[in-house]
This record gives sequence, structure tokens and C-alpha cells, in this order.
Amino acid sequence: MTMDPAVAEPEPATRQPVLSLRGISKGFGAVQALTEIDLDVHAGEVVAIVGDNGAGKSTLVKILAGVYSHDTGSVSFDGQPVSIGSPAASRELGIATVFQDLALCDNLDVVSNLFLGREITKGTLDEEEMEKRSWSLLRQLSARIPSVRIAVASLSGGQRQTVAIARSLIGEPRIVILDEPTAALGVAQTAEVLNLIERLRERGLGVILISHNMADVQAVADRVVVLRLGRNNGNFRVPDVSYEEIISAITGATDNVVTRRAEARNTERNAS
Amino acid sequence: MSNTATAGSAAERAADLQDERLFHGEGLTGAVESFVRRVRSGDLGSLPVVIGLIVIWAVFQILNPAFLSADNLVNLSLQCAAIGTISIGIVLVLLLGEIDLSVGSVSGLSAAVLGVTLTQLHWNSVLAVVAAVLAGTVAGIVYGLLFTRFGVPSFVITLAGLLGFLGLQLWVLGPNSSINIPFSTWLVTFAQQMFLPPWAAYALAAIAAIGLFWSDWRRSRRRRAAGLSSGSMSVMLVKSVLLLIALGVSVWYLATDRGVGAMFVFFVLLVVLMNFLLTRTRWGRAVFAVGGSVEAARRAGIKVNRIYISVFVLCSTFAALGGLLAAARLASVGASSGGTDTNLNAIAAAVIGGTSLFGGRGSAWSALLGILVIQSISSGLTLLNLDASIRFMITGAVLLLAVIIDSLSRRSRASHGQA
Repeated sequence: MTMDPAVAEPEPATRQPVLSLRGISKGFGAVQALTEIDLDVHAGEVVAIVGDNGAGKSTLVKILAGVYSHDTGSVSFDGQPVSIGSPAASRELGIATVFQDLALCDNLDVVSNLFLGREITKGTLDEEEMEKRSWSLLRQLSARIPSVRIAVASLSGGQRQTVAIARSLIGEPRIVILDEPTAALGVAQTAEVLNLIERLRERGLGVILISHNMADVQAVADRVVVLRLGRNNGNFRVPDVSYEEIISAITGATDNVVTRRAEARNTERNAS
Repeated sequence: MSNTATAGSAAERAADLQDERLFHGEGLTGAVESFVRRVRSGDLGSLPVVIGLIVIWAVFQILNPAFLSADNLVNLSLQCAAIGTISIGIVLVLLLGEIDLSVGSVSGLSAAVLGVTLTQLHWNSVLAVVAAVLAGTVAGIVYGLLFTRFGVPSFVITLAGLLGFLGLQLWVLGPNSSINIPFSTWLVTFAQQMFLPPWAAYALAAIAAIGLFWSDWRRSRRRRAAGLSSGSMSVMLVKSVLLLIALGVSVWYLATDRGVGAMFVFFVLLVVLMNFLLTRTRWGRAVFAVGGSVEAARRAGIKVNRIYISVFVLCSTFAALGGLLAAARLASVGASSGGTDTNLNAIAAAVIGGTSLFGGRGSAWSALLGILVIQSISSGLTLLNLDASIRFMITGAVLLLAVIIDSLSRRSRASHGQA
């Protein structure tokens, strides 16, 4: 493990993480995609997972979303060991995943998309109740959607992202995983989504944010977890870390003789 | 009347009208304006087909004054019912973005089952009808399972079904090239001689108009209770009164001849029922979702395979039902039942009526509108004593036109950001 205790000040031990991964490994044939990954997510915390292409971010997300199963290691939710065998199991635990492609139905309006698969019915569809709840949800998120009765196709990229994130909240999740929510968005729309992420944190949700964009990560995340070649390569509190430090953790510039020596010294100091 | 959201502060507006970017009109003018705006942005709905129908009727009336006679229109309505019923099923599969090319064969098979069980095995007529409809249901189950288990494109499965069920139809018929269904059978009476008495037809028209008003009014009340904008009373009233007048005049005009055929009413009721299921139930919402994006529907927890199977079953069942109506109307069943242009007319009707071939867009009403167009052309050309060859060519051209309109409006929606 290359967790660096000097910079990664862990959250107070009294607070129990909502989601906790220990020693997660996953291999695809001859390729070890993830090795001994540890990750904690607390309520009301935004954890950014960063790393180069092939670092294992997507694999980790898919394990949490129940798309893949992990080979070794343990997952606990609220301190209870759990297994995430399927996407449905992941949802039932309270993990909502917003994938990069959003998976919205372009031909349906915003209300239908928000409640897709979870429609409120009173014999027939209760459109009024769903529309009312859509508005109150979007208002809580301060989302700027002009009308919930227009097809999702006519919304901008940021608004579509907003709808996808809002939809993940319908099932009252505890953890929301956002996969590259700001990729392909303009400046203003990115800001909208970042606001939305802060809104999720205010609601006390744990947010896992996958991103390539360091500016976004530094703007909203509380903690940055760096993956490199399928291993933990750093766990920083955002206020204490510089852009350069994150980049060097991502590229592996920190993983050399000098840093390992420093790490050994730190460990010694902590032990004494 | 203001048509932009300048009037009133945000706080006193309904929850869904608070965004200043929204256009919203009030009352009748507002309704008309928003309709014009929708059409301009490529959301044509059923407008092209309604205009098309008016043009077709006008042209044929000019060419042959008998076209709009009550007698011809009554015949027209009866001709619509059988293929129109088949077309309802086609609308469903098109909504999923799939196709069923075998509805003609399935309708022929069901007619053959009816003919043989009724006249040769001497089954009870109700039992024979049930068996014939079930033949279609079974065909749909086979399609649904093949599609969901093996992932074969519906185009190919139903092309195989087109041949296979035609063969089965001929095998069921055996050596008989044609079977006559006795005129005394209730099914034949229902299809040929049963017309609503004028009072019943007027009552039905009134019920439809009142029903429309009642459902609009209830929705408006529920929306107001939920703090949402509610439609204006004047729009609701005008809509229902227009419907009442349109239905009333139609009933009056048809009553100068034989009246409104029971079979046509049956078909329209099926359309209303399917429209209800598509727009007001979770199943209907799932059908549209799967047609829009299968992957999104699957991730939303919709059991996509069940939706596919249910739609293929419904489509084939409607095809069987349509086959029965066609057989009953002709009082005969033969090797050519469900043959020739049944298949293509049913598919053409759904597309002409405005259901998109690309999935996710359409309505049960397009079966009614589309079949009216097709049968009007067919009936008009027959009145002009034109050969079947010309009829096929013109129907083909109209289908092509409908598909072009579908593609163009899709492109227009894309350029208006609503694809």
C-alpha cells in the first residue's frame, strides 16, 4: 500500500464511513486491473477518484455499481459487510451510479425520465404527483430546467447531466457515484454540475466523483484518491495538496526511491 | 392575453411555469400559439395525415361525386376495421423500433382456423373464435421468445413467420381452397349487418365528448391541487364541443344510409383502449422507453424482455383478431385470406398515421388515421374504375410520402434539438 499518512489525514475515527472498501482486487485474465484497493466514503463527503487511463477507475466504479464482481477483498456499508452481486443489489444498498453516457430516453420528457422504472401510480400513472415531486427535487438541487414536460433531447448537456443526477436521487441513495460528469461540458454547464455536486454534499450524501479534470476536482472534492496501475497511489485532503502533488501521484513521479525513503521515515516516526 | 411569462412574479405562478425562458400562453390564443410553435419545430404529430386525408377526400369528391356519399363512407368505415385492427399491433411493434412483417399470414392463419373449426369440426362459434385468436397469441409468443432468447432481428424472424404461417394456413385449410362461413354465425352478422341505431350512435358521440371534457377537467383539478398550471376552461370546452360536433355530424350523415357499423365502433374502441394503455400505464411508459433507448430502459430496471414479448404477443393477437374481422366481413376464408396487400397496408397505415419507424414516437390513433387514408385511396380509385395496378402504385407513393415526412420531421426535430 502506498497510502501516505503524512498527507492523508484520515477522517476522525469516531465517524464511521458509509462505504468502505478493503483490499479489493480484480483481474481480467492475465491483467490485474485492481490490486488491494482501499477506499472510504463518509456521509457528506465528496471523494474524487483520479488516475490515468487504465488506472482502474472504471473497474472500481463498475464493482461498486454491481456490474463486475471483485475477486478478493471486502466491501462494507454502514459497517456491515455486504456483497454487491448485481446492479439491483447495488441500488438496493443505496448506491446510485450515474454513468458517463447518462442512459436517458431522449424521446421521453423529464418527468418520465426521472421516474422511469419507478413510476408513481394510482391505478394509472399519477402524472401530477410525479411532476410535483420532479419540481421539488429540481428546486432542491437549484437546477435550471425550463420545463419538465419537454423531451430530454431538447435539453443542453449540463441539463441532461442534471436530470441524470436528479434521477439517481429518486431512490433515496446514500452514495452517489458520478462518472466523468463534466466531460464534454462547457464552462457554465460545468459550473452548474459542480454546484449540483455541492448540493448533494449538503444533503449528506457521500459522493464519489470520477474525473480527469483537476480543476473540477480541486473545486468540489474534499478528498482525492489517486489510482495508478490498479493500486492506491495517494489519498489527499484537497486543502492540503497542490495540483503538482496530485499530478505526480497520478503519473507515478512520487513512486520512486526518494519518496519511498520518506515514507519509511514517516512510518518509523509514527511508530515511535 | 400575454404569451410570454412577463405577467406576474415568479412566486405567484404555478410550479411548472416559473422559468422565465418558458413560453406559455393562456386560454385559447395561447393554445393556438403553442400549437403553431410545436409544428414549426418539427413536432408535427398527426397534422400531415389530417391534411392529407382532407386533400384526398377533396380530390376524390371532385373526380367522383359518389365518393363522399353516405353509402360509400359507410362501406369505407367497414373496410377500415379489419386491417385497422391489424395496424394497431403494428403501431405497438413500431413503437419499440421493431417490425412484424408476418401480420398478414397470421391473420390468414387465424381466419383458416376459424373456418375449419367452425364448418368442418363443428365447434361452438365462441370456441372457434377463441381458438383462432389464440393461434395469433401463440405466434406472438414464439416471436417474442426467439427475439429475446437468440437476439435475431425481428425483421428476419417475422419474414420467416410470413412464409411459415402462410404454409400453416394452407395446411390447416387442407384441400379446401375456400370455406364459406354461414351467414347465420353471429360473427358474420356482427361484421356485415350490425349497425348502431341512431340514438345509440348519438349517445356514444355524447359520451365521447363528455368523457373528454371530464378527463380534462379532472386532470386540471388534480394539477391545480398539486400546485401546477392547469389548462383553461375555455380550451377544454372548445375541444369537447368540437369533438361533439364532429362526431354528431358524422353520425347524422352516416345515419342517412345504414349508420355506424358495429365493427367500426369495435375497432375504434380497441384504439381508445390501446391509447389508454400506452399513455396512462407503467407498461405503456416502458414501451416508449424501450423504443427510445433499450439500454436506458434496462438500467432503469425495466424488464426489457417482458416488454418485447408482451408487444409481439399483442401484435400477433391483433393480427389474428383483424383476420377474423376480415373473414367475417367476406363470410369466407381461403388460401388468399390475409394475402396480397394485407401485410403492407397494415404497416403502411401505422406509418402514414404518424408512428415513427425509428421507435419511441407514435400513438394508437395513427392506426385509425392511417387506415382511413389507405382505404380512402383504395375506395376512391375503385370508384374511378382504376385497375389494381394503379391502386398499388398510388398507395406505394403515399407510403413513401409518409416515410419521407417521418424522416424530415425527425431531421427537423434534430435541428431544433428535439430528436
